[in-house]
Amino acid sequence: MTEMAVQWEGVYLHSKEIVAREIEGELIIVPLVSGISETDDELFTLNETGRAIWALLDGKNNLTQIVQILTERYEGGAETIEQDVHGLVLELLTRRMIKQVPTAKG
Amino acid sequence: MPAGIYSDQENVDLYVLQKHKSIIGRLDLELTERCNNNCIHCCINLPSMDARVKARELGTDDWKAILRQAAEVGVISVRLTGGEPLLREDFPELYLYARHLGLRVILFTNGRLISPTIAELLAKYPALERIEITVYGMHQESYEAVSRMPGSYEEFRLGVERLLTRRIPFMVKGSLLPPNRKEVEEFNQWAATIPWMHGSPSLSLFFELRSRRDSTARNRQITRLRPSPEDGFAFLIRRSQTYRQHMEEFCGRFMAPPSDSLFTCGASRGGCIDAYGKLQLCMALRHPDYVFDMKTGTLKEALSTTFPPYLLERATNSDYLRRCAKCFLRGLCEQCPGKSWSEHGTLDHPVDYLCQLAHIQARYLGLLSESEMAWEVTDWQKRVQALTKGAPAK
Repeated sequence: MTEMAVQWEGVYLHSKEIVAREIEGELIIVPLVSGISETDDELFTLNETGRAIWALLDGKNNLTQIVQILTERYEGGAETIEQDVHGLVLELLTRRMIKQVPTAKG
Repeated sequence: MPAGIYSDQENVDLYVLQKHKSIIGRLDLELTERCNNNCIHCCINLPSMDARVKARELGTDDWKAILRQAAEVGVISVRLTGGEPLLREDFPELYLYARHLGLRVILFTNGRLISPTIAELLAKYPALERIEITVYGMHQESYEAVSRMPGSYEEFRLGVERLLTRRIPFMVKGSLLPPNRKEVEEFNQWAATIPWMHGSPSLSLFFELRSRRDSTARNRQITRLRPSPEDGFAFLIRRSQTYRQHMEEFCGRFMAPPSDSLFTCGASRGGCIDAYGKLQLCMALRHPDYVFDMKTGTLKEALSTTFPPYLLERATNSDYLRRCAKCFLRGLCEQCPGKSWSEHGTLDHPVDYLCQLAHIQARYLGLLSESEMAWEVTDWQKRVQALTKGAPAK
């Protein structure tokens, strides 16, 4: 799996190569096309923190703004939240579950 | 700043992206009862070109509405089956629709209609569940003696080849019938070359009667093709050590106290919608009093309101109450309302063939003596415990 760079000024959006479903209060990410997961038959789920980050990856906020929003919403400190956002975004990007939205600046 | 202003804040846990484990349930969708084979032992097939049957089937939009409802109620996987589901011209559309709803798909097919287009579709949009191909013989002669369709063997091999070429995961399974009986080892060896097969393929041999109860003649034929309980058992124990090991584990998990409850099977964990929009508790149970018309109600309504009372029903048949309701072999026996319906037209009629088969196995495993019937046994728990520890009951 190719590792990709996470850009703090980048805006990200859920990929069209996955389907996100909410089942009994749980967010489940279902691969739509091949190559999302190692074996093509896996489903993924996020915990509450992951879901909060996921919900903000909506094509509007850049990652710096997402960290700000989460820092206001949660205890834990900006540094921890920054690490969480970076870690999850990197994993989601690597798994093609989100995409960076092209901006005017390119 | 007053204390408590942060009271609605939550602590941050590390994010977790983990593999989803809990499977909520599966819904079977019998897209058509038509089939391009005419297998000698089949419990459902109708002619593929039957225009009247085709006209009665649900349309594309009907199936899409059902798929939406399935996703809404939290179904994780749908099993697309038939008849031969690939006979439907809208199969690619329905498959893609299901996948776009985030549903995983199990596909049951004979593989004959896996065209390059279908294979490309399955390669690009993986089913995320298994594709199961039923194999009727390893050679044209044996295969077509079962399928009764000239050219079917070559099409099946082509379909399989298309999956292999594109590395689309699939499994094979078989039906043990007189024309292919001598090919079991050859089948096993071939199956072992399929990268996604783990262990020997499953083989059906205790064939079910037609669940539509639509043909006495065909039922007679199916009955003739079943092995006797003794012969069937001899086949089951052909690898005696593996069989015993498997059954010890199986009995430890599935033997349950005798009961007059009708639905001790998996019927409560899913459902099946037939080609015409009738929701059934399972694929075999087509008793008209136990189906729900999806044209007049919703899946949620059926699963939450209509079906639960059915699942509490108890047997009333005196023979069933005397035997099955007191029998501890229900984990070992395939008796269920669906089988009773197919065989006798009621939900609680003992199926003697299954009863005999369960008793032969129980005797071999040391759960019963030669002269005992399982419903006469009172110390069954002790016997099961002895078996699952590896020592047959004395």
